[in-house]
Amino acid sequence: MTSNLPALVIIVPLLASLVAAGAGWFNRKAPFYIAVIALLISFISSVLLLAQVVATGVAIEYQMAGWPAPVGIVYVIDHLSAMVLVVITFVAFVNLIGNRQAVETEFKNKEGAFNALYVLFTAGLVGMTATGDAFNLYVLLEIASLSGYALIGLGSSRAPLATLNYLFLGTIGATFYLLGVGYLYIATGSLNMADLATIIPSMMNSSTILFAFIICLTGLLVKMAIFPVHGWLPGAYSESSTVSAGLIAPLTTKVTIYIMVRICLTLFTPEYTFGYIDPTDIMVAIAVASIIFGSLSALAQKDFKRMLSYIIIAEVGYMVGGFFLGNRMGVSGAILHIVNDAAMTLALFMAAGIFIWKTGDEKQSSLKGLYAKMPFTMAGFTLAALSVVGVPPTCGFFSKWYLISGGIAAGQYLFVGALIFSSLINAVLFFRIFEIALFEPFKSHHHAGDEEDKVESHHGETIVDPGVIESAQQYSGSDSHDHGAIVIKEPPLPMLVPFLGVCVLLLILGLYSGSIVNNIIHFAIPAGII
Amino acid sequence: MSMETILSVKPLFAVLVSLVAIPGIVSSRSQNIREAWTFGAAAIKLLLVLSMLPLVLDGNVLTFTLVQVLPDIGITFKVDAFGLLFAIVASSLWIVTSIYSIGYMRSLNEHSQTRYFSFFAVAISATIGVAFSANLLTLYLFYEMLSLATFPLVTHHQDKEARSSGRKYLFYILGGSIGLVLPAMMITYHFTGTLDFAAQGVMAGHINSGLALLLTVMFLFGFAKVGIMPMHSWLPAAMVAPTPVSALLHAVAVVKVGAFSVVRVFTGIVGTTLLSDFGINGIVCVLASITIVVASLIALSQDELKRRLAFSTIGQLSYIVLGIALLTKSGMTGGMLHIAMHAFGKITLFFCAGAIFCATGIKYISKMKGIGRRMPITMTAFLIGSLSVVGFPPCGGFISKWYLVLGTVESGNIAFLFVLLGSSFLNAAYFFRFSTMLFSAAKRR
Repeated sequence: MTSNLPALVIIVPLLASLVAAGAGWFNRKAPFYIAVIALLISFISSVLLLAQVVATGVAIEYQMAGWPAPVGIVYVIDHLSAMVLVVITFVAFVNLIGNRQAVETEFKNKEGAFNALYVLFTAGLVGMTATGDAFNLYVLLEIASLSGYALIGLGSSRAPLATLNYLFLGTIGATFYLLGVGYLYIATGSLNMADLATIIPSMMNSSTILFAFIICLTGLLVKMAIFPVHGWLPGAYSESSTVSAGLIAPLTTKVTIYIMVRICLTLFTPEYTFGYIDPTDIMVAIAVASIIFGSLSALAQKDFKRMLSYIIIAEVGYMVGGFFLGNRMGVSGAILHIVNDAAMTLALFMAAGIFIWKTGDEKQSSLKGLYAKMPFTMAGFTLAALSVVGVPPTCGFFSKWYLISGGIAAGQYLFVGALIFSSLINAVLFFRIFEIALFEPFKSHHHAGDEEDKVESHHGETIVDPGVIESAQQYSGSDSHDHGAIVIKEPPLPMLVPFLGVCVLLLILGLYSGSIVNNIIHFAIPAGII
Repeated sequence: MSMETILSVKPLFAVLVSLVAIPGIVSSRSQNIREAWTFGAAAIKLLLVLSMLPLVLDGNVLTFTLVQVLPDIGITFKVDAFGLLFAIVASSLWIVTSIYSIGYMRSLNEHSQTRYFSFFAVAISATIGVAFSANLLTLYLFYEMLSLATFPLVTHHQDKEARSSGRKYLFYILGGSIGLVLPAMMITYHFTGTLDFAAQGVMAGHINSGLALLLTVMFLFGFAKVGIMPMHSWLPAAMVAPTPVSALLHAVAVVKVGAFSVVRVFTGIVGTTLLSDFGINGIVCVLASITIVVASLIALSQDELKRRLAFSTIGQLSYIVLGIALLTKSGMTGGMLHIAMHAFGKITLFFCAGAIFCATGIKYISKMKGIGRRMPITMTAFLIGSLSVVGFPPCGGFISKWYLVLGTVESGNIAFLFVLLGSSFLNAAYFFRFSTMLFSAAKRR
C-alpha cells in the first residue's frame, strides 16, 4: 500500500472523476461525496508521502506500470513535489467542502459534470507535479487546462467569452511548451527529466537546447499569466463561479511556477539556467513590471474578485522574480510563496464566496457594515488580507522576507522596491475594503452633551437583511443604544469552519515558516545555488 | 551582583495575558462581568511584570524564545531594566485607564464598548511585546500589531471624521513601518547577519557611514509613532478617538512604543560608537530639536484642548530622541526616564480633558473660562500634570528634564541646551496662560 502511494495520489481522483460523472445520473448528492472522498484520500496520501520524504531524505521514484526510466514514465516525489502535492490536494479538498452550498445551488442538475471536472482538474495538477517525464507533463497540463476551461465556462453569463480568451492563450502557452519539449527530444533523444539533466551539461552550447529552454519558459510564462501575457486571467477568474475560482486561482499559477522551478532546476540544471544563460536581469525586470502593473490595476477595480485577480498577477511577479534572482534566499522565497500564496488566495476566494452568499453580488461597495453583521468571517478575512499585505506573523510576511533578502543579496534593488511598493498598495486595497465594511453606512453618532454636534441623529437606524431575520440572533448589548439592532448572521458552519481553518493556517504557516524552509525547501534547492 | 541570563516564560505570559482575556471580554453577558475580565487580566499582567523586577534589579536578563521563525531569528523575548521600566509604566497605567474608560464610556453611553475593550487589550499586549522584544524582528511584529489594534480604537466613532483620521493614521504609521522600517531592517540583516539587540549595536564593522546614516534616518522616520517632523501629523488627527484611547495610547503606549523602538534601534542595532564616530547623532539631534521647537509653537495656537496636548506630546517625544542622540550618560538616562515621566504627566492631562468633556461637553479652550471653579479637583490635577510636563520640581518631569539638561551640557553643545530651555518656556506658556485663564476668568465673572 505505502509503496503505491505515488500512484494513489493521482489515480484516485482520476478514477473518481469518471465515477462521479456517471453517478450524477443516478443520485444528485453522490458526485459531491465521491469527489470529497477522493480528494481526502489524495490529500492523506500526499501528507504521508511528504512525511516519508522528510523522514528518509530520499526522493521516491515510482515506475508507472513497472516500466523503468528513461523509457517508461516515472513519478518522482522529492521534497519539492511532495510539498506542492500537499498544497494542491489540501486546497482542492478544503475549497470543495467549504463551498458545498454554492455547488448545490449554482450547479443544480450539473452536479455530476461539475464534480467530475473538479477532481479531474485536481488530478491533472497532481500529475503535473509528480511526474518526472517532460512529455507526460504536457499531457497532464492539457488535462488540467481543458477541465479548467470547462470549470470556468460554467460561471456567469460572461464566462464563456472569458473562457474562450483563456483557451486561446492557454493553448498557445501549452503548445509553446510542447514545441520546446519536441526540440529537446530532437537534440537529446530523451524525455525523462533526470536523464535530460545528465545529457544537457554536455551540450551547453547547443542552440537547439537554448531555443528549447526559451520556448518552454515562454509557454509557462503565458500559462502563469505574467505581465504582459496576463490578459486571460482577470476575466477567467472573476467571471467563473466562486467555487471554481477558489480551486483554479490558488493552484493554476502556483503549479505553473512549480513547473518552471522544476524545468529550470531539475531538467535544465542550475548550471545551465543560472550559469550559462543567466537570465536574472531580464526575468527580474519582467517580474517587476508584473508586480507594479498588477498592483496598480488592482487599485482600479471595483469588483472584489477582479481585484484579487490582479493581485495574483502581482504575486506571480513575486515568485518569478524571486526564483530568477538565482540565490538561495530568493529561490527559497519563491518556493515558500507557492505554499503561502496558495493558502492566502484560497482564504480570499473563500471569503469572496461568503461575501457573495451574503450580499448577492461582487461589488466592494456591497460590503457595507459587514464587520457588525458577520464578525467571525470578517476577522478571518482581515487576517487573510493582512497576510497579503505582509504583516508579521502571518505567512505573507515571511515569504516576502526571503524574497526581499534575496533581492538585496543579488543587488536587485528595483525588485526590492517593487515588493515594498506592492505591500503598500495591498495595504491600501484592503484597508479600503475594511473601511467600507467598518464605517459604511455612516452612522450619525451624537453625545449627550456635545455642543459641536448639533445635528440630530436618526435613532434606531436598522440594518437588517430581510432574508435572514428568522434565524438571526438579536444583538441586544446595552452598548448598541443609538445605532439600532444589528443582526449578526454568519454563514452556515460548513462554510465558515473551513474558511476560518484556512485563515488560522495562515498564522501557523507564518510561525513555522522556519521549519518549512529548514526541513523541506532547503532540500528542494540544489546545493549549487548559494 | 552577578549578571545572568535566565530562561523564563514570564515575559511570554505577561504579553499573552491580555490576549487570553479577550474571549472572556467578548462573551460576557453583562458589562460588569466584561470589565471584570479586563481588570483581572490587567492585575495579573502587572503582577507578572512586577515579579520580574527583583531578578532584573539584580542585573539579570530574562529570555524566552517562542518560535524560531527564520533560520537564525526567533520570536524572542528579553527582559532588561529599560524594557521592564517601560512595561511597568504601560501595565500600571492600563489599570488606571481601564477604570477611567468605564466611567467615560458609560457616562457618554458610547457604542461598541466590547470591541473597544477587546482592542484595548490587544494594544496593551502588543505594547508589552515591544518592551520585551529581544530582536528587531520581534519588535517589528508587535509594533505592527499595535498599529493595527489601535486603528479600530482611533476610528471608534465610525463617522466620516473618524474615517479620514484613520486613513491619515494608517498612511503615516503603516507607510512608515512597511515603507521605511522593513527595508531598513532587511538591509541591516543582510549586512550584519543578525537583528538581536546587542549592547554595542550590530552595525559597527559591517556597514559604512553613508549607509548607516541612511538606515538611521529610515528607522527614525519609519517609526512614525515617535512623531519626528514631518511624520507627526497622524497624532493630532488621531485625537478623534475617545479620550481614554488618546490618553493611554497617544500619550503612553503608541507614542512611547515609537520612542522606545527608536532608543532600542539606536543603542542595540546602530550602536552608539557608530552614531558618534560619523556624527550621525548630530543630525538626529537637529531633527529632534526642530520638532521640539516647532511642535511647541504650534501647540500655542491650538484651541482644541486635545490637539494642544497632542502637539505638546510631539514636542516631548523628541526630548527622548534628543536625549538619546546626545550620546552622553546623563542624556540617555534623561531620555529613558522621560518615557516614564512624560507618560504619567500627559495621561493626567488627557484624563482631565476627558473629564471636562464628559462633564460639560466642551472641547475648546476658548470656551473653558471659569471651568476651574466648576471642576476644582479636576483642574488642580490638570495643574499638577502640566507642572510635571513643563518640568517643575518636585514633579517627575523635573527629574528627567534635569538629566536631559545635564546631557546637553556634557555633550558640550550648548545650542541644544537652549532648545531645551526655550521649549520649556514655550511649554509653560501654552499650559499656564491657559490654566491661569481658567481660574482667573471665573473670578472676574
